[in-house]
Amino acid sequence: MDGIRNHPVLFLLRRMFALLVLCALPLPALAGFDEAVQALNVKSFSKKADAIIALADTGNERVTGILQAMLDSRLFYRKSDRRVVIVEKIDGGYRLTDAATGEALGETGRRAVKKVRINNKLRGLLRNTLARLSLSSKDAEIRHAAAKVMLGNVSAATKPVLTAALAKETESDIRELLETALALSDLGSEDPAMRLRAIEVLDGNLEPEVRNRLNRLLEEEADTELAEVARQAIKNIEFKLKFYSFMETVFFGLSLGSVLLLAAIGLAITFGVMGVINMAHGELIMLGAYTTYMVQLLMPNHIEWSIMVAIPAAFIVSGLFGIAIERGIIRFLYGRPLETLLATFGVSLLLQQLVRTTVSAQNVTVENPAWLSGSLEINAALSLTYNRLYILLFCMLVFFALMLILKKTSLGLQVRAVAQNRAMARAMGIRSKWVDAMTFGLGSGIAGVAGVALSQLTNVGPNMGQAYIIDSFMVVVFGGVGNLWGALVGAMSLGVANKILEPWAGAVLAKILVLVFIILFIQKRPRGLFPQKGRSAEN
Amino acid sequence: MKPLDPLRKALRRDRVFDFMMPQVVFSPDLDVSHGPILYLEDVTVSFDGFKALNNLSLYIDDGELRCIIGPNGAGKTTMMDVITGKTRPDSGSVFFGQKIDLLRLSETDIAQGGIGRKFQRPTVFESHTVYENLELSLAADKGVWPTLFASLNQAQKDRIDEILEVIALTEQRHHLAGTLSHGQKQWLEIGMLLAQSPRVLLVDEPVAGMTAQETERTAELLTSLAGKHSVVVVEHDMEFVRSIARKVTVLHEGSVLAEGSMDEVQNDPRVIEVYLGE
Amino acid sequence: MLLGRFYHSDRGGAILLAGLFLLAIVVPVLNLVVPESSPFHLSTYTVTLIGKYLCYALLALALDLIWGYCGILSLGHGAFFALGGYAMGMYLMRQIGDRGVYGNPELPDFMVFLNWQELPWYWLGFDMFWFAMLMVVLVPGLLAFVFGWFSFRSRVTGVYLAIITQALTFALMLAFFRNEMGFGGNNGMTDFKDILGFDLQADSTRVALFLASVVALAVSYVACRFIINSKLGRVIVAIRDAESRTRFVGYQVERFKLWLFVFSAVLAGIAGALYVPQVGIINPSEFAPLNSIELVIWVAVGGRGMLYGAVLGALLVNYAKTYFTAAFPDLWLFALGALFVLVTIFLPKGLVGLWKKRGKEPEP
Repeated sequence: MDGIRNHPVLFLLRRMFALLVLCALPLPALAGFDEAVQALNVKSFSKKADAIIALADTGNERVTGILQAMLDSRLFYRKSDRRVVIVEKIDGGYRLTDAATGEALGETGRRAVKKVRINNKLRGLLRNTLARLSLSSKDAEIRHAAAKVMLGNVSAATKPVLTAALAKETESDIRELLETALALSDLGSEDPAMRLRAIEVLDGNLEPEVRNRLNRLLEEEADTELAEVARQAIKNIEFKLKFYSFMETVFFGLSLGSVLLLAAIGLAITFGVMGVINMAHGELIMLGAYTTYMVQLLMPNHIEWSIMVAIPAAFIVSGLFGIAIERGIIRFLYGRPLETLLATFGVSLLLQQLVRTTVSAQNVTVENPAWLSGSLEINAALSLTYNRLYILLFCMLVFFALMLILKKTSLGLQVRAVAQNRAMARAMGIRSKWVDAMTFGLGSGIAGVAGVALSQLTNVGPNMGQAYIIDSFMVVVFGGVGNLWGALVGAMSLGVANKILEPWAGAVLAKILVLVFIILFIQKRPRGLFPQKGRSAEN
Repeated sequence: MKPLDPLRKALRRDRVFDFMMPQVVFSPDLDVSHGPILYLEDVTVSFDGFKALNNLSLYIDDGELRCIIGPNGAGKTTMMDVITGKTRPDSGSVFFGQKIDLLRLSETDIAQGGIGRKFQRPTVFESHTVYENLELSLAADKGVWPTLFASLNQAQKDRIDEILEVIALTEQRHHLAGTLSHGQKQWLEIGMLLAQSPRVLLVDEPVAGMTAQETERTAELLTSLAGKHSVVVVEHDMEFVRSIARKVTVLHEGSVLAEGSMDEVQNDPRVIEVYLGE
Repeated sequence: MLLGRFYHSDRGGAILLAGLFLLAIVVPVLNLVVPESSPFHLSTYTVTLIGKYLCYALLALALDLIWGYCGILSLGHGAFFALGGYAMGMYLMRQIGDRGVYGNPELPDFMVFLNWQELPWYWLGFDMFWFAMLMVVLVPGLLAFVFGWFSFRSRVTGVYLAIITQALTFALMLAFFRNEMGFGGNNGMTDFKDILGFDLQADSTRVALFLASVVALAVSYVACRFIINSKLGRVIVAIRDAESRTRFVGYQVERFKLWLFVFSAVLAGIAGALYVPQVGIINPSEFAPLNSIELVIWVAVGGRGMLYGAVLGALLVNYAKTYFTAAFPDLWLFALGALFVLVTIFLPKGLVGLWKKRGKEPEP
């Protein structure tokens, strides 16, 4: 009962109704309609039922509002003139609205009005009528939601409603729902042939209600031929469910993979081109996330669009920090990769402590814009959350943008030249120092962008970067150093592997298993999935 | 490259982990009854489609001094990499004597088994003295525990002194190898090779960066080594090759272009074309 | 012969050993003999603190052996330290017996708390001191062996090895945080009562543990020096400088690295085992990657490739840490971060290198 009361369709209806009441549109008071409304106020429940049906047949747009009010026990009549009103509870009394005209009638005390009583039978009728009315609504979304409601409470009585709605319906997904609902009501039929046909229709249907009903059917008739068919249908449904839940796992894996890729891709560039591991990479991600936080602080009234501002801002902030690290530290340590690793680790400590003292040692809250919440429903068993979906798309966007930069721009050409042969590139007149700084800036900037994406998924705190350095490095190692495609494949496969392992091994163990796998993988292919070949790779 | 190719390569069914393969043991007396000590047959190595070695077949006789020449990229260094186990060929076979398949051995096994190599760029242990460099190279039990408790006996000390004499570094014996001149490093590396007392010496560009005088001495040294050892020299310096060579092999694009005495090779029209262009 | 080789060129080592000898005499006397009222009295807290530093010094020595001499940068040496510590912790836990909160004679408190019915198989034997000591050596050694065997034979070197060792300790940390592992989860093991029947809180026990640390450090130093001065030591340096050349000279580079790595891990394990009874607790945070990487900076500050440099660095940095975290807690991480940057850029040979430049001592 409560479930139904809170259902979105009804909510929507109430909203519409409230709107009507507020506007108090002076409707053309059709004499017939007014009479039909007043007819609700009779003693006998059976006459009330007739009145409800008659009212619904008028086709007036106020009907749903009135019936809904009746269902919600908000339909009263004024004792003074016995006029039917819709009430809204206020302190010490009611605010009245004329049911037939929508005219506001002011406030009265509690005693002045009396409820139009209904019983359970009437409630059923009301619900049905309301559903029938919304099934014939002009708005496809209302019809869709109403059809979904119908799935949950089919009975012999709903059948004609559904048949009528199906005959008029043009939208294919609503038709499908209606057909399912019809088949569900046929399941309760006396005629075995009809039930058999119903099961055939329901075979493979993913609505949870269908599976429940079929299971109940199995309990009732354990060993008839019908049961066999039903069992097969359930098996098909379960197979489909398994398939979609696997698809969901893959989706989660891909979204985790895209986070990994965003985190790793900057590292792949700097490690690939300069052969140095920047241990402060995670902290550059963290700075990106904090930039998002700062941007939201600066524009509290435009949270929706703050992300759009944060992306370039984070790119610039982290990029500048990256260039500063390269110019200030790393360039003194070229050719000494282990020392670079240590020095940049020092930088990571400094950055963490900087954030702790200037912002806060605690996690900060970054708000999610509304367009990032909610989910895309593919079918009853599979829905994809928007934030993961957008991050996947965003990650691909960043990846291909980077690809384009490296392949098509002169900076990209120089970067690749330096990566292949530093001495030769310098001899050709490439300012390798400038290229190093720019490469580092680019890689760090992407780390910042990754931070923006991460701020929408996880907690933002001074330590958040640490978790990503090992993972990112694993991605780079797995994919093969200096190869963006390798990073893509590496990140996605690690992400999916992690999520597939998780259910039966637990998150921590899954992580350990992946680590062990990579250690073993390096045994077999020390240069990753996509190794660089040739003489230069040998040294 | 097809997207699945790397995966297929990673999961090749015909190759197991190296440590699962049976150990091959060197027999102390190498079977060279048929003459050659090194057999390379149909060896192919490719890097990303570029064939560094292309069906190369080459035989080195026991005790021979062989020079190998060829333009840049002819595959000379790759050939040495294959013999010493640094690079594994895609196909072909490499045998040491009649019975030992070098493709199944590690670099260390090959070195211990009697094939020594001098690199193109001289590499010596720079933070060790000349003496220590030779001590480390000296043929001995090179296992971990024996090395921990090793000390030099008189015969070994004499041997080091002898080698120091040969490579003319007696005076610098306690200098750090890193402080030596380029030519001295080249010699030290040859000395290290000698200390290993190998059956075959592979010498990659031994006289690069040497003065005329040093070059001459190196030529003397290498010719004196032939007979007791088989020596394979890769060199660009034609004068030097002429001064030591008995038999010359010309490599071009990864396979043998010509073979014979220096004069024969120099007059071969194909060789002239390769070296002098169209 | 051994000693002769030793005094030949190792002046720093001689000073270090003399210093340790002095500590071994002065500290117990100041703590046990000098009355508490005297200004010269050394509190037990300080004795334990110095003992702790010495354990760190031993750990630094272990790292210097592989990093300074062989060029293997392990960012996961804290893992071996912690494993040694856990082995010791398990022994101490069993010694508590029925004096725990729940009074169970078999099971440690945390197992009773988690409703475990019986001791897991890997806890068996830890009630015997000799067995626990064997495990202190074997467990880190075995892990190092397996891990090193896999890594070295596939020629994983440099930054790759560094990150993978970090991943190793990270994975172990995650694992030890789990209650199901049976090592006390988050809280680890603590509330130890006694060792070999001696009360852990007693001054004399503390001093004995301190002396054990001094002896362990001194013996390990001599052993490391012996290794470095042997031909094996020269092979190891050769591997650091020209790995591929060493291979072509005929040494099984992988085996040498593995041997040294295992030896170093065992030293780290011993350090951990001495550390735990002195600080009185072992928990998974000892596996934290930060600990391992901090250890690297001790060695770098002191001067790598000079065994006594590592010891010096460990003592100095840890003293600084104790001082800073008490006086300016917020500043410590800034100081540590800056130390990383400055030492790698300006002091590649550490403090000892600075001193040596003047003294012009020949390299070992």
